[in-house]
Amino acid sequence: MSNYINPEIDESFSEQLLDPLPTQRRLFTYAMNGLSFILSLLAFLPLGSILWEILSRGLSGFKPEMLYRPLIENGFANAILGTILMVGIGAFLSIPVGIMTGIFLAEFGKTNKITNFVRFLNSILTGVPSIVVGMFAYGVVVLITKQFSAFAGGFALSVIMLPVIVLTTEEALKLIPTHQRLASAALGGTRFQTTFRIVVTAATPGITTGVSLAIARAAGETAPLLFTALFSQNWSDGLMSPTASLPVLIFNLYNSPDPEINKLVWTTSIILLSLVLFFSLLSRLLSRKTKFQ
Amino acid sequence: MNKSFEPNDNNPSPHFNVSDENINLTVTGGLNFRFDQGFTILVYMFAAMTVAILFLMTWVIFKEAQPAVFKFGLKFLWSQDWDTGNQLFGALPYIYGTLVSSAIAILLTVPIGISVALVTSEDFLPLVVRNAIAFVVELIAAIPSVIIGLWGIFVFIPIIEPLEKWLGSTFKFIPLFNTQDPAGNNIFTAGIILSIMILPTMAAISRDVLMVVPKELRSASMALGGTRWETIFRVLLPAGFSGMVSAAMLALGRAFGETMAVTMVIGNSAQISLSLLDPAYTIPAVLANEFAEAEPGLHIGSLSYLGLILFVLTLAVNIGAVLLVQWVGKKNS
Repeated sequence: MSNYINPEIDESFSEQLLDPLPTQRRLFTYAMNGLSFILSLLAFLPLGSILWEILSRGLSGFKPEMLYRPLIENGFANAILGTILMVGIGAFLSIPVGIMTGIFLAEFGKTNKITNFVRFLNSILTGVPSIVVGMFAYGVVVLITKQFSAFAGGFALSVIMLPVIVLTTEEALKLIPTHQRLASAALGGTRFQTTFRIVVTAATPGITTGVSLAIARAAGETAPLLFTALFSQNWSDGLMSPTASLPVLIFNLYNSPDPEINKLVWTTSIILLSLVLFFSLLSRLLSRKTKFQ
Repeated sequence: MNKSFEPNDNNPSPHFNVSDENINLTVTGGLNFRFDQGFTILVYMFAAMTVAILFLMTWVIFKEAQPAVFKFGLKFLWSQDWDTGNQLFGALPYIYGTLVSSAIAILLTVPIGISVALVTSEDFLPLVVRNAIAFVVELIAAIPSVIIGLWGIFVFIPIIEPLEKWLGSTFKFIPLFNTQDPAGNNIFTAGIILSIMILPTMAAISRDVLMVVPKELRSASMALGGTRWETIFRVLLPAGFSGMVSAAMLALGRAFGETMAVTMVIGNSAQISLSLLDPAYTIPAVLANEFAEAEPGLHIGSLSYLGLILFVLTLAVNIGAVLLVQWVGKKNS
């Protein structure tokens, strides 16, 4: 072996291999490392600052009676109730439609032209600005019932929730192995029985992920509620009357000169943020569980 | 009952006569069959409902906009008046504000989003830290827009205002910064706030794109003597280029439609000014501020016309992004 290797060349080779990179390339590596870390750190700052400011400004003004008094008595209980009510209406309207459409996409021919079209429209629907959804709800519900109402707000939220539920349900159903469907069919199960007893039952955690993701998104929406649910200072009179919600409360009162109201707005932000973060963390937790199965 | 399932009298065997070719296993009746049929119809109905919503939305908004569409026609797009008293309406300042604030946002977001994607997908850091960074950045997407607006007004504007004042006084000769004593509420601030909000979209999709670039490509480049950053610039970024373009387009669509935070920090003044330190107005912002109190007729019509323009803008960007993703997916498979 050693005969083949010329000692002189060997030496220069090893020298080359042990030679560090030319200064220019080394500097480039260091500079890019630094730049990318600085830019990534920049991404952290806003989130940290938002959480910190909201907690520090909101907690000081928190009083327990805010939780059961309406705005007119310096509380935000009516807005909490309104948000829950409207998100509830939205969920009630969009969950059945969303899950059924998800079943359609996953079970009725995965990649034919119709399902591709439905999938395409759903991904387009996720990108429609929420204020445009609000105008749609205004045209469909408010103009027809001639009434700004919690129902109109809930309808707008349901349109925002729908594509989220559809696309996550489809993903969850796709994870269920085909063998389970075949086994059910072999035992004489019809499509209806297979879908509901086997596929949907097994995919429940995934579907719940989608639902809680949709709730998290809907709970924080302000724009579609501005001219569908409007706002009210007091308890809502029912489904068909103007209703307060947490995000609209923040938007309507953030400019108020009254320091009491200003504190109230920051405290409201804590409640809204914890509501939204709770549901988005819940969805993340659930989706992690499904992936490991 | 199907005849072939009856035990054969001539044959003492209790088995069914399976050699008979008339056996038909397809069920065409019975309770289960009806359930199945009903279920199929129901599923198709609900899927059709989802499809109908997008078309219905287009039609409803067009119908609401009709008075203004017929009165102003396409002239609406480049007219600058907005006078509720004289029933004169024009969209240009709003379109300008929407496009410029989104452009600022996307210019800031693309480099930051790509660095976050690189830091979280390459092996600079241990896996736990990378996942934590990706998680935290995606958490920004969950924060309601109105809360980011609140933070923008009371926390971010006091921080950025001295910088803007300095830009305005030092670089007055550049038209982009030609504003005497800028207030914090301006299109530049709005662009920065927007970039914070669309960062998770850009970072998450770019990360997914970078993660699916085959490991062999990296190894090959490094085996040829490339450093990490040479590999990134010559191999990874070109391979993920189209995916990142569509990520940027989706983020741009988000920026177009973002309402609350922008309304709170942009200054809400319908003017067209070259200076980035001047207040402006966007389409979503004017809808949020005026729609609830607008009078039926031309005012509501014009606002709906603005909504229609916004709808078409975001639709075009989003469809472009989705088609690009599908096209790339097909090319790769």
